[in-house]
Amino acid sequence: MTALSALILRDIRIALRVGGGALIGVLFFLTVVVLMPFAVGPDLALLSRLGPAILWLGALLASLLTLDRLFMADHEDGSLDLITMGRMPLELACAAKALAHWLAAGLPLIVATPLLGLLLNLDMVATGAVALTLLAGTPALTFTGMIGAALAVTLHRGGLLMAVLVLPLSIPVLIFGVAASQAVIVGPMTFGAPFSILCALSLVSFVIGPFAAAASLRHGLD
Amino acid sequence: MSWLKRGEMRLAGHGLRCVRGGREVFAGLDFAAVSGEALAVMGRNGSGKTSLLRLIAGLLVPAGGTIALDGGVGELTLAEQCHYLGHRDALKPALSVEENLAFWADFLGGERFEAAESLAKVGLDHATHLPAAFLSAGQRRRLSLARLLTVRRPVWLLDEPTTALDVAGQDMFGGLMREHLSRGGMIVAATHAPLGIESRELRIGDTA
Repeated sequence: MTALSALILRDIRIALRVGGGALIGVLFFLTVVVLMPFAVGPDLALLSRLGPAILWLGALLASLLTLDRLFMADHEDGSLDLITMGRMPLELACAAKALAHWLAAGLPLIVATPLLGLLLNLDMVATGAVALTLLAGTPALTFTGMIGAALAVTLHRGGLLMAVLVLPLSIPVLIFGVAASQAVIVGPMTFGAPFSILCALSLVSFVIGPFAAAASLRHGLD
Repeated sequence: MSWLKRGEMRLAGHGLRCVRGGREVFAGLDFAAVSGEALAVMGRNGSGKTSLLRLIAGLLVPAGGTIALDGGVGELTLAEQCHYLGHRDALKPALSVEENLAFWADFLGGERFEAAESLAKVGLDHATHLPAAFLSAGQRRRLSLARLLTVRRPVWLLDEPTTALDVAGQDMFGGLMREHLSRGGMIVAATHAPLGIESRELRIGDTA
């Protein structure tokens, strides 16, 4: 097995085992979305209008929930030292870890979306649109969030700092993700324009995220 | 052993200066070790033993001075030819003994030896499917040692390697170190207790 696939597989395996982070994100997503109709009330028209925004917010918070442990866990048990010393460039190792995190914690959110769409009175097309925008947008959340996760290791602070650092970065993703979904449901905007920007945000984060995270980790060597 | 045939290696540091948290830990430190030699780094707590190992491993950036490995594999960096065994064992509690070892073997790459054989050598062959969460401190240390045996690298950087090992474990570990040295490897170990093998002493921090 190559070093790259070994690292990705290990992280996925840990996330899926008991006590791993994969299930926590999905359960949190489920809870947020299920609670929302109770708060908003039984107005079906209102629910379906708010639906995409609720799903996006839920997915955003759920995908950040376990992200702060991305490097912290490896830092605490000494694995990060060996990863830094390895032959694999640190940037690539960061990208691999983020990819594994997205596969284990981001993808299940998208799979759960159609089910949760039912609770928010979204029809098939609207649910499909939300799922598609989540598929295009959540990688951007993971790859920008990774920068915050690396800083959390460097600054020896987890949790809240991470949210404060990362949430502002995720605003564009949220705006264009919800805009693209709304375009399908209520119009009159086209779906293509905001969706393309969403894809572009993901692509940019693929480039910037690993380099910024690796730079932060190197700076924080101690 | 591909690196044995490349002739004698020499690991040397000159005028090393280490600053951590704004405090100078040591300065003007020189050391050298050659193939088949063990260097025991001694000194009181806080004298910079761990810092020295982390400097060699590339996990700290020296504030001055140089470290070089002569006669190693040219295309690899020093860190890529070192094994670093720190205070923390780099094990994932959720993965089994076998999975932990296989991951590091795959990730670290290079010349690889039979994982089952390494586990037998460190006395963990009966526990290969056990999640690492259930291992005792001594067993965790043994599993870390299996990593050094499975992936062959010429330089071992060991930080208090014998802590948590029982008497039999320390004997076993002494044998492994002697075997490594006889193959032409080298060891730099930070230690309080005697290493249990013939070694040269490097005292740091006594002048401070």
